[in-house]
Amino acid sequence: MGRKITIEPVTRVEGHGKVTIQLDPQNNVTDSRLHIVEFRGFERFVQGRPYWEAPVLVQRLCGICPVSHHLAAAKALDVIVGVGPDGLTPTGEKMRRLMHYGQTFQSHALHFFHLVSPDLLFGIDSDPATRNVIGVAMKHPDLAVQGVMMRKFGQEIIRATAGKKIHGTGAIPGGINKNLSIEERDEFLKGADPLNIDKMIAWSQGALDFFKDFHSKNSDMLDNFAAFPSNHLSLVRKDGSLDLYHGVLRAVDSEGKKILDDVDYQDYLQYIGEEVKDWSYMKFPYMKSLGKRDGWYTVGPLARLNTCDFIDTPLAQKEFEAYKAYTNGKPSNASMHMHWARLIETLHAAEKMKDLLNDPDLQGDDRVVKGTKTNEGVGLLEAPRGTLFHHYRINDNDQIEMANLIVSTTNNNEPMNRAVNFVAKQQINGQSEVTEGMLNAVEVAIRAYDPCLSCATHALGKMPLELSLVDVDGNVIDQIRK
Amino acid sequence: MKHYQKILIYGYGNPGRQDDGLGPMVAASIEKRADEFPDVEWDSNYQLNIEDAMNIRDYDAVIFADASLDCHEPFELYRLQPAKEITFTTHAMSAESVLALGQDIYGENPECYMLAIRGYEWEMGYEKLSDRAAANLDMALDFLVSLLTDDSPNAFADAIEASKVIKI
Repeated sequence: MGRKITIEPVTRVEGHGKVTIQLDPQNNVTDSRLHIVEFRGFERFVQGRPYWEAPVLVQRLCGICPVSHHLAAAKALDVIVGVGPDGLTPTGEKMRRLMHYGQTFQSHALHFFHLVSPDLLFGIDSDPATRNVIGVAMKHPDLAVQGVMMRKFGQEIIRATAGKKIHGTGAIPGGINKNLSIEERDEFLKGADPLNIDKMIAWSQGALDFFKDFHSKNSDMLDNFAAFPSNHLSLVRKDGSLDLYHGVLRAVDSEGKKILDDVDYQDYLQYIGEEVKDWSYMKFPYMKSLGKRDGWYTVGPLARLNTCDFIDTPLAQKEFEAYKAYTNGKPSNASMHMHWARLIETLHAAEKMKDLLNDPDLQGDDRVVKGTKTNEGVGLLEAPRGTLFHHYRINDNDQIEMANLIVSTTNNNEPMNRAVNFVAKQQINGQSEVTEGMLNAVEVAIRAYDPCLSCATHALGKMPLELSLVDVDGNVIDQIRK
Repeated sequence: MKHYQKILIYGYGNPGRQDDGLGPMVAASIEKRADEFPDVEWDSNYQLNIEDAMNIRDYDAVIFADASLDCHEPFELYRLQPAKEITFTTHAMSAESVLALGQDIYGENPECYMLAIRGYEWEMGYEKLSDRAAANLDMALDFLVSLLTDDSPNAFADAIEASKVIKI
């Protein structure tokens, strides 16, 4: 009898991921699908609202990366208020960049220390009771403390730049509404050990060294687990540097051949389409030049290091060169290298924050630029999880009449599905018993992409994920809640 | 003499999802009445996460406030104990897990309580409590203010028992 393995959420307002793996009677994987519920309703919700509300409204989307939505919306509205993507004052752009690098730093640190390090330290198939951040705290307390402190440092950067932790208001159309005081700056630059930027850089380097050491001992697993050819897409700076806040679109294929280059993201609709499939709530973006079948792409840290030519901070550039030497200058298509890339970006974000904190423009008072209003604008940035698109059109009453958002997790829909299929076949095919370790391997593949399955509702009593083993008749053979 | 010298009221949830905003609204209400509670501080966030194991260390006691799907109506106060309840991909932690992490890293935690307030509606984009949740919030705030102004040594223990029998 064939069987179907399902990992699904308990309700629609908590975890929105569900994995279905279809098995034949011999336990061979015949099909697999990752379903993630996406809230297209939000785009309708903002319709009719005054456009200047969007940077605050969109933070309702996600309690994990509200800053990314806040800034992407503000960038789109910069265009609508006639300032354009390159027209902010130095104070305006640099404050936003500090907010963004703070967000990236804390998000990447959280992902590595909270979600990834347990798998590396204890092994994918180890006891789930210890394979978590609390297990890390018991066995490797120094590592756990670093994770807590790095996350807190990034959160404090966000508080100082966005104004508050919930529904921040730092970015407004055409600029920002606060600068950074000398006192705030000095707290980050010279704060009591360990909460200062030099310690953050040192710990970022330490986490990267930890990963590289692990990689040197486990290269076969990290190089081959969920490794499959993919296109890669991201913003890069005009000169080819890694840039998480602003730039032009570039895409390369699995061998590094450029598919898109120097594309103004205001024109993204000429290049990017979104396919709807009847079995998924989430769309499947693709590059129109390659079509729906071959035009899918990966976004996020790995894609960014695959598309950029260099990194403009010295320590991260050194690590980038070592990484590129390992991949022979080619793009990496190994899902687990996402962790490597993410830690290089963590180091880069720390270096960028230090550069910005030492820049007197952050204390400037010229915060907002005004221009001649238009009725449409697109804002893109590289969120921690990948390229984030915000597109708005307004009417003559300054109300939003159209909004289109393509979030990072949507961009990664197809590669995550392929990763699930790859690992499911590798781990489960032909095995007489499906173990928790095998199922966790599937989750490890998904987790490499750091998908955002949360919609920021978490009320007490909810369980985020439910894992069920079901036969073809729908009978639940086993069930695990996580 | 008060039972705790320094208390943190920590409300969490997403105000953009109807009743999920109950926790931050508790913190906001205390902030508005800050002059009445010189020993009480407040904070709020969308979700709890690992840094909160550090953030709570500066206090003698912490009262987390959160919306609940199934607690006693209209609200319930209970003592929190460390517990490893790790969620896997949602990037959020339960209050109990925050305490477990704090215990492992720092060896101890302040005394922590949960003020769970019953919510009913969770739709995205509605920055307004349901009528029933709003009524529960009013009662919970009256209860909390009473607790914070109670100097008796058994104030918290008595409040826990009282919260079990209060009815709408």
